[in-house]
Amino acid sequence: MKILEARGITKSYGHGPSRFDALKGVSLTINEAESLAIVGKSGSGKSTLMHLLALLDTIDGGTLRVGNIDSADIKGKDLNRMRNRDFGFVFQQFFLTPNASVLDNVVLPLVIAGVPPGERKKRGMAALEQLELADKAKNKATDLSGGQKQRAAIARALVNDPKVIFADEPTGNLDTATGAVVEDILFRLNKERGITLIIVTHDRDLASRCDRQFHVRDGLHSTADDLAARA
Amino acid sequence: MKFTDILTSAISNTFRSKLRTTLTIVAVFIGAFTLTLTSAVGTGVSRYINTQVAAMGATDVIIVSKADDAGAEGPAKYDPAAAKASSSMAGPPGSSMGMLAHSDLDEIAATSGVLHVEPVVLVAPDYIEFADQGKYELALNPNLGITQVDLAGGAQLDNPGNEPQILLPSTYLETLGMGSPDDIVGSTVGIGVTSHAGAQSSIQATVVGVQHETLLSGGSGINQNLTDKIKAIQDTGKPSNAVEGFIVATAYFDEALGTEHAQGIKDSLAAQGYTGQTIQDQLGTFQSVINGIVGVLNAFAVIALIAAGFGIINTLLMSVQERTREIGLMKAMGMGGGKVYALFSLEAIFIGFLGSAIGALAAIGLGSLLSNVLADTVLSDLPGLHIMQFDPGSVALIIAVVMLIAFLAGTLPARRAARQNPIDALRYE
Ligand SMILES: Nc1ncnc2c1ncn2[C@@H]1O[C@H](COP(=O)(O)OP(=O)(O)OP(=O)(O)O)[C@@H](O)[C@H]1O
Ligand SMILES: [Mg+2]
Repeated sequence: MKILEARGITKSYGHGPSRFDALKGVSLTINEAESLAIVGKSGSGKSTLMHLLALLDTIDGGTLRVGNIDSADIKGKDLNRMRNRDFGFVFQQFFLTPNASVLDNVVLPLVIAGVPPGERKKRGMAALEQLELADKAKNKATDLSGGQKQRAAIARALVNDPKVIFADEPTGNLDTATGAVVEDILFRLNKERGITLIIVTHDRDLASRCDRQFHVRDGLHSTADDLAARA
Repeated sequence: MKFTDILTSAISNTFRSKLRTTLTIVAVFIGAFTLTLTSAVGTGVSRYINTQVAAMGATDVIIVSKADDAGAEGPAKYDPAAAKASSSMAGPPGSSMGMLAHSDLDEIAATSGVLHVEPVVLVAPDYIEFADQGKYELALNPNLGITQVDLAGGAQLDNPGNEPQILLPSTYLETLGMGSPDDIVGSTVGIGVTSHAGAQSSIQATVVGVQHETLLSGGSGINQNLTDKIKAIQDTGKPSNAVEGFIVATAYFDEALGTEHAQGIKDSLAAQGYTGQTIQDQLGTFQSVINGIVGVLNAFAVIALIAAGFGIINTLLMSVQERTREIGLMKAMGMGGGKVYALFSLEAIFIGFLGSAIGALAAIGLGSLLSNVLADTVLSDLPGLHIMQFDPGSVALIIAVVMLIAFLAGTLPARRAARQNPIDALRYE
């Protein structure tokens, strides 16, 4: 069952002479419950591709379908509902609000969704429980270690029961051991709950744990043959 | 996102940068504080004047004088038949004041709507004396003959009356050694008058009442009977060819016919070269001076508020800048632009509310204290005058206006936040 389908999508930044084509026509299909690694060199367009797939940015050319719907038709309230309900995000820099408590950070998507406070707390605590952070619920986000911060960010990503989790270098700021813990958590979610996982990474080991790898080079999809040819 | 959630997060965001928020609130505070105080002065004074007007009664008279020719260029041609001021009373500096002759009185009486006319006779007694307390200067207020006064004791003057009566201001009592208002009512005082020929004599008059000192009418009042008696003595030995004149006359009209009727009479009088003013008009002049002063003070307060508005813009722009990533994250998680806009607008409104509510409360506290102290000291001669009065309606209006200004100031930063692209925000370092 296809969940995301990109056909020849392009994206450029800037205008005139400073115009830069970050994606030059990429096609990609992602199925439900699979795990996909987007790999490639720095500046190749991985994050750009992920942002487009997550509907955080709009494509310049090509087509992108989410389920059966053309992304051009997803606007306003529908777009916001999709970002809120169907997608979860994990970033390299965690992006937690420093002065708010861990629990407040985790329930942010529920607040945005308009879930009443009692249920928010219940679901937030349940998510923290899964990531073994329940005892830190009342602490400020700044008080956590790097690994704990990323676990809090994952709790936030899954609190609203998303279909897809997008993770941009989720272990980039963590040491190997802590990174491995975070990876385990993500793959467990993928196996046990069938959440589709789209991970942008430089890390070969992490990439090889995914069902599939998608290589990006200079804004284009490069096949394993290309890589072999270059090797 | 529910409204209550937006509101609570707006409020808690306000306190994130405490120093910056506090300074902005101080700016709003100053404007709201000043505005509350000045509007309280306006309310206090106009309430006082309204009670004075109500107490004065005399709603059926128009005070008529010759229209002054201040606007005319150069002096008017001499007319031996025109009346001349026989007293030393002069008009406002720079203007000459015409006198009303008997012919003028007839003309005024003939004006349609005027029931009858009484000249206000100005008499100048020399002194007042009570028991053996010595002689004191006696200042008369000709208006008191026609108005109801704010009594501290006794009764109003009986006009024209068949015995000489005097109404004293409360300030006279102590100097004249008279005790309390109730003690003095009914006793007799002596009034010294000098004739035209130069001989001084004394008239007995009964004290009928004591009035509170007011902003509008100083001096003692005497009834028609006493006025006539004093005038008779003053005119003794006066050459018979002297032209008699009056500075003002009182025209009576039928009050039941309404204010338009009164206005019609005033217009007809103006067409004939006279100036007609009701008691309310005279007080109105006074009130418009006060309103003018209050207006200027209000303008300063509004300028302070506008400056505070720029403070709010600045504070919020900085806060939008600082929270770029947070805004981007919220948008990535499906928060709509409208909600982001509401979040920052509410933050601005809340700053406005805090500043104005604290400012208004401080103004009410300090103003009431000051007003009471003033009423007991500097203004103790004007009982009933509380220089500052806080009307809940106008205080609420001030808070509402400040919140509106804050909202308007918040629109620019809030729009900037609402339009932010989640990607730019997430890439922002
Ligand atoms: N807002 C922008 N304006 C101009 N150029 C941009 C913008 N965002 C990205 N780019 C450019 O697009 C290209 C792709 O960027 P992208 O962030 O997708 O790279 P990446 O593959 O994720 O790299 P990294 O591994 O270093 O994160 C880069 O060359 C980058 O400089
Ligand atoms: Mg990247």
